[in-house]
Amino acid sequence: MRKTVRNLKVISNLRLNDNHHLIQLQSSEPLETIFPGQFANLLVENSAIVLLRRPFSIYSVDYKENTVSFFIKIIGEGTRVLANSPVGNFISTMFPLGNSFTIPNEREKILVVGGGSGVASLMILSQALCDNSNEVSILIGARSSTDIVSLDQFSRYGEVFTTTEDGSSGLKGYVTDHPLLGAQIGRFSRIYTCGPEPMMKAVAQRANLNSIVCEVSLENTMACGFGVCLCCITDTTQGHKCVCTDGPVFNINDLKWQI
Amino acid sequence: MADLSTTIHKLKLKNPVLTASGTFGYGVEFDDFLDVSMLGGIVVKGTTIHPRQGNQYPRMAETASGMLNSVGLQNKGAKYFASDIYPVLTKYNTNILVNVSGSTIEEYISCAEIINELDHISGIELNISCPNVKEGGMAFGTSCASIDAVVSAVRSVYNKTMIVKLSPNVTDIGELAKAAVSGGADGLSLINTLLGMAINAETRKPVLATVTGGLSGPAIKPVALRMVWEVAKAVNVPIIGIGGIMNATDAIEFFLAGASAIQVGTANYIDPLITLKIIDGIDSYLNRHNYSSISNIVGELQM
Repeated sequence: MRKTVRNLKVISNLRLNDNHHLIQLQSSEPLETIFPGQFANLLVENSAIVLLRRPFSIYSVDYKENTVSFFIKIIGEGTRVLANSPVGNFISTMFPLGNSFTIPNEREKILVVGGGSGVASLMILSQALCDNSNEVSILIGARSSTDIVSLDQFSRYGEVFTTTEDGSSGLKGYVTDHPLLGAQIGRFSRIYTCGPEPMMKAVAQRANLNSIVCEVSLENTMACGFGVCLCCITDTTQGHKCVCTDGPVFNINDLKWQI
Repeated sequence: MADLSTTIHKLKLKNPVLTASGTFGYGVEFDDFLDVSMLGGIVVKGTTIHPRQGNQYPRMAETASGMLNSVGLQNKGAKYFASDIYPVLTKYNTNILVNVSGSTIEEYISCAEIINELDHISGIELNISCPNVKEGGMAFGTSCASIDAVVSAVRSVYNKTMIVKLSPNVTDIGELAKAAVSGGADGLSLINTLLGMAINAETRKPVLATVTGGLSGPAIKPVALRMVWEVAKAVNVPIIGIGGIMNATDAIEFFLAGASAIQVGTANYIDPLITLKIIDGIDSYLNRHNYSSISNIVGELQM
């Protein structure tokens, strides 16, 4: 799994809502194999102040067309520039970076839980789990229905459930209020999650209580993305580990979370 | 093709481009991207006698045209380096220097003694300028007396090339450079990061867990150039310029200010191939200006 830096061409830029874009990039050469949970580091050009690349989960991959897409939430100057990349422009892309979720080969019942822009890493995960004959349930939490995107795509890979804080889609409340993480949790052998840390900790706590294997995808500020700067560390049972190379996916038993 | 070779004391560099400690890991992290042996040399991650977990996180804050870090010399210790990392590095056909740090003079000495036994390590860079560890590090590098003490102590146990990396967090870097040379430095590298701070106005909290951190990147280049120029006037040992070098033009500026070689730091994070591009760009500059060798421009600032 060789890492590379390549200029990829923006072939589409879809504005999903006020602060989310889905950009699709195309490589002139065949893509490296990308595993679910891996990310890419995108260069922000034409900005007077932004220096470092910005890391994004790889949202989808098409090996026939040699395209990858990224779900970009506008947070600051770097993400604003990238989200507004015109079609036809090139973006210097460092990829594939990081480790990946475990994909079981036996038919397992797996719950995938996403919150906010954390859903970005869960599309190719759900696809890979489905392709390996696992039974996938997908639970997505958001503030409001307008923050939930790509549900129809998720539904190709499993049954989709939603919770919203304002009740505008699915169950009103948090993902942890959903029966899938309550009365029905025992049907799952694994729970995989990506989203805000408090949400992941709450999900991890439920998994832990029920002795269910749980993997989480962490986010952290990183300068390099390939294990050099040692900025994006997290506390693990084996000491400080880099989120960019030892992660971003961790089994909750390896983290020092108070859950 | 101009002659890009340069000399730092006993070190023969095939070109004047090295990598700054802490920004290039142990080189192997870059094997996917480039042939490390094409570089003039690499300075590997700060190494201490005892393993260090480093600081708590967040450890990084991006600032305008720069970044703050507070890694705090996370490393597995000199013995682990010698037994587990060093054997892998012998595959490289270039100069490998180890950045040596410590909390006490005795720790510097013990660390340097271990590195001294490693044939394929061509020199050490004595780190008396890390702003991110409470004791040691920068505490040694900000007074002439303590610089002289630590440099001469390590000199007595280390017999290959010893570079001393200077801190910019001082009032008169020329005086401190002289102290390092009188202690036995074969060359000087500068600058380490500038002490800085970032605050999140919304949370009213510091961004870094350690509150302050070291600033690097293009934001610090003007400070670094000024300090290289001052040190070049103050001492007669070779200087390695560091600080915000992002391209060949930046590197040329450091040569003109008096550096015989340069280290690329933060730019490695953004473009892991940047060092090779800088080597090519230096060659193009020399050819364009009809210089046959890099030595033609070292210290040749026209006043």
